[in-house]
Amino acid sequence: MTRAGPGLVTSENARRGIFRGAFFLFRGVMLAWGLGAIHSAWASPDIMQWQTQAGSRVYFVEARELPMVDVRLLFDAGAVREPDDKYGLAQLVNGLLNQGAGELDATGVSYEFERLGARYGADSGYDFASVSLRSRSAPAVLEPALRNLRRVLAAPTFPAQAVARQKQRMQVGLERKRQSPAAIAREAYRSALYRAHPYARPSDGTEASIATLSRADVVNFHREYYHANNVRLVIVGDLERNQAAALAEDLSAALPRGQPPGPLPAVAPLPRSEEIRIEHPSSQVHILVGQLGIKRGAADYFPLYVGNHILGGGGFVARLFQEIRERRGLSYGAYSYFAPRRELGPFTASLQTRGGQQEQARQVLRAMLQTFIEQGPTEAELVAAKQNITGGFPLRLDSNSKILGLVAMIAFYDLPPDYLDTFTDEVSAVSVAQIRDAFQRHLHPERFVTVMVGPVSATD
Amino acid sequence: MKRIELFLCRSALLLALLSPLLLHAEVHEYRLDNGLKLLVKEDRRAPVVVSQVWYRIGSSYEHNGITGVSHALEHMMFQGTEKYPGGEFSRIIAANGGSENAFTGRDYTAYFQTLEKSRLEISFELEADRMRNLLLAPQEFDKEIEVVKEERRLRTDDNPVAYLYESALAAAFQTAPYRHPIIGWMADLEAMTIDDLRAWYRRWYGPANAVVVVVGDVDHDAVRRLAQQHFGAIKAGPPVSVRTPPEVAQQGLKRVTVRRPAELPHLLMAYKTPVLRTAIAASADWEAYALEVLAGVLDGGYSARLETNLVRGQEVAASISASYNLSSRLDGLFTLQAVPARGKTMAELEQAVREQLQQLKQGEISAAELERVKAQVVSGDVYERDSLFYQALELGLFETVGLPWRLTEDYVPQIQSIRAEQVQQVANKYFHDDGLTVAVLEPIRQ
Repeated sequence: MTRAGPGLVTSENARRGIFRGAFFLFRGVMLAWGLGAIHSAWASPDIMQWQTQAGSRVYFVEARELPMVDVRLLFDAGAVREPDDKYGLAQLVNGLLNQGAGELDATGVSYEFERLGARYGADSGYDFASVSLRSRSAPAVLEPALRNLRRVLAAPTFPAQAVARQKQRMQVGLERKRQSPAAIAREAYRSALYRAHPYARPSDGTEASIATLSRADVVNFHREYYHANNVRLVIVGDLERNQAAALAEDLSAALPRGQPPGPLPAVAPLPRSEEIRIEHPSSQVHILVGQLGIKRGAADYFPLYVGNHILGGGGFVARLFQEIRERRGLSYGAYSYFAPRRELGPFTASLQTRGGQQEQARQVLRAMLQTFIEQGPTEAELVAAKQNITGGFPLRLDSNSKILGLVAMIAFYDLPPDYLDTFTDEVSAVSVAQIRDAFQRHLHPERFVTVMVGPVSATD
Repeated sequence: MKRIELFLCRSALLLALLSPLLLHAEVHEYRLDNGLKLLVKEDRRAPVVVSQVWYRIGSSYEHNGITGVSHALEHMMFQGTEKYPGGEFSRIIAANGGSENAFTGRDYTAYFQTLEKSRLEISFELEADRMRNLLLAPQEFDKEIEVVKEERRLRTDDNPVAYLYESALAAAFQTAPYRHPIIGWMADLEAMTIDDLRAWYRRWYGPANAVVVVVGDVDHDAVRRLAQQHFGAIKAGPPVSVRTPPEVAQQGLKRVTVRRPAELPHLLMAYKTPVLRTAIAASADWEAYALEVLAGVLDGGYSARLETNLVRGQEVAASISASYNLSSRLDGLFTLQAVPARGKTMAELEQAVREQLQQLKQGEISAAELERVKAQVVSGDVYERDSLFYQALELGLFETVGLPWRLTEDYVPQIQSIRAEQVQQVANKYFHDDGLTVAVLEPIRQ
């Protein structure tokens, strides 16, 4: 799917209801990059795991309170698997799955979900591409919804006209990004950070690359990556284990078999610092500063996660928010995050400020990063962060949606099965010295990438 | 009356699709002596509680010159009281594992915290304090108004589609206050003073103008006692009267062009429509529900008409959506937004959308289309129970736009009672040029 641009409501997530069209302004940007810790008095969900006969790994959490079921399949079929120069292919394939399957055309496929009130979703990033279904659990609804999901997974037809249409829509999506300073900044940042690595690829494609994508490319990519031996299947909802097992068996058996792809290349370290300025006709300058971060499951994850919570991940009380917004009024959003991936994901700090004061804002941001890396947090800050993360753990698991998201992450990245059970202890064990040490080993201000997009030459 | 349809269902599937589920936990309603309304809904799925304090105040209460004052005040609500100065509020919530935020709409301003269930009292203590004791320090305001201006630049000035939307609203509504942007016009933000906020705060922030909504793993009677303990002592204050200028009748099609630095053209068509509150006042409740169904027929997913006929089919749109919101205080808009497909002109796109509306007015709405929309509404009602936040939002939203919260429970059966000819009737009544504003974004490419 081409992603919705700012302000444009696509029908992709269309839903009826009381909230549709209700709109309002939030005080702050809500970030959900991290993962909270466990409140020790409260058990995390029991994640059952097994393998289907065809060899797909299954993760199931039984949740009987609401009569609904979520199913998500995560394929190792993200942009990192695209052949060279076929930028955008992973996203194209993912978006085409429901554009014709079995004997049904695009309208027919969608109608078979929508007449049941079931919601189909597809998403594609760097590491993985996913397909999701949410349905009521009543068999009269769930069974036909699953039959249709199986059709989409097993027998997408990739009609030539649909391929051409989706390519056109991706081209339009590129134009939409070109009018967003935030999107332009992210592109430049990613490309500076990853250079020759597949993570540098424009996952939405380029005008030239999209033009070269053919139906044969789509079919080949789908055959190679959308199979039973390259998927993690996550189920959360109102089912007994044996029902979940039958469901998983049925979906897995419908997929072709294949070989899992090989490992990804390692990301080369950044040789030196780089500063990129891009002139754009906006009123604000978007500033991104950072460098390569860590892999999902890295040994230093907890010191870095807790440390970043204090630095810029912990919402209204984090240092960056306090200093840049609360004390100086320079930006609406000011935050930092590690986004771990299979290989080194980015560490990013960012803000946006009106043209004319961008140098001041950039200097404040850089100085704050530098200070934090050199000195680490105070004991008091660490105590407060631990209280927030551990005390707020039940909030991270209070809905099927949130449980699904966490289990999907555990599943795709092969995190330990007791990941959620040990999380509080891991967070509680972090010390100031460990945070300082981990930040100093991973982040090097002398090799930071800085990207500024907007009226970059404006002066007050 | 609404259930009749159920008895006509022939198959188990249809019955399953159309039966409203008895999922709605009971809502307990209380009113304190000072006028504060409290709604409590028990949901014990997780040891978590959501607490929301809603005020019946938002941009639709504002007038020219002070637009954005409700939203600016929302920002200042985090800047401290005598008892909890500076950012103490947020530090306490964070130290208790809470997450918090606030939002401002056209008809309401709301503050919320999500906490582990035993910590609800912290929310009440802090919210009761800032309901009346806000410091509103001038130096904090001088800094915070700069944050608000940055927010406006981020959301609107540098976002061509949002800018178009703002211009379209200002044109569509001539006298009704929905013509003001929630965040305010930049000139009003430049001129705003701490005294504007003080007056606004004194006038609108009090128990009689507030609705507290609590959803989660709580006992409703214990919550009532807690509310009495923390909010009960706040003085009621004098009642506030609201004068809202009505919208003058539109006399013909309005066209708006916005030329901005951008890459993609964008079409927005907005028809004036009633909302549930005004439809009830006109003894035509069903019209609001019929408009909801109408939006579903046009844009209830990939198999709905707009996507099927204009994105696929004619391939005249790269993307398209229809939107209607029944829960506002004053008459609203039914909007259609679209981006032309490559090689298609804005005129072709508008013409194609108009033809779709024409077909709706004259042609047949099939049983399959209606069943699909209704099944989506029934399922959506289940899915929304997955979120404590949304359950609380629904109650607070209805109460602050002037609808009794009980009507949230009528939503599904009311939608189910809508017939094809009613959908057609509202299409014919409201899709006409005298109620239409067409706004077009003409990109200035670099």
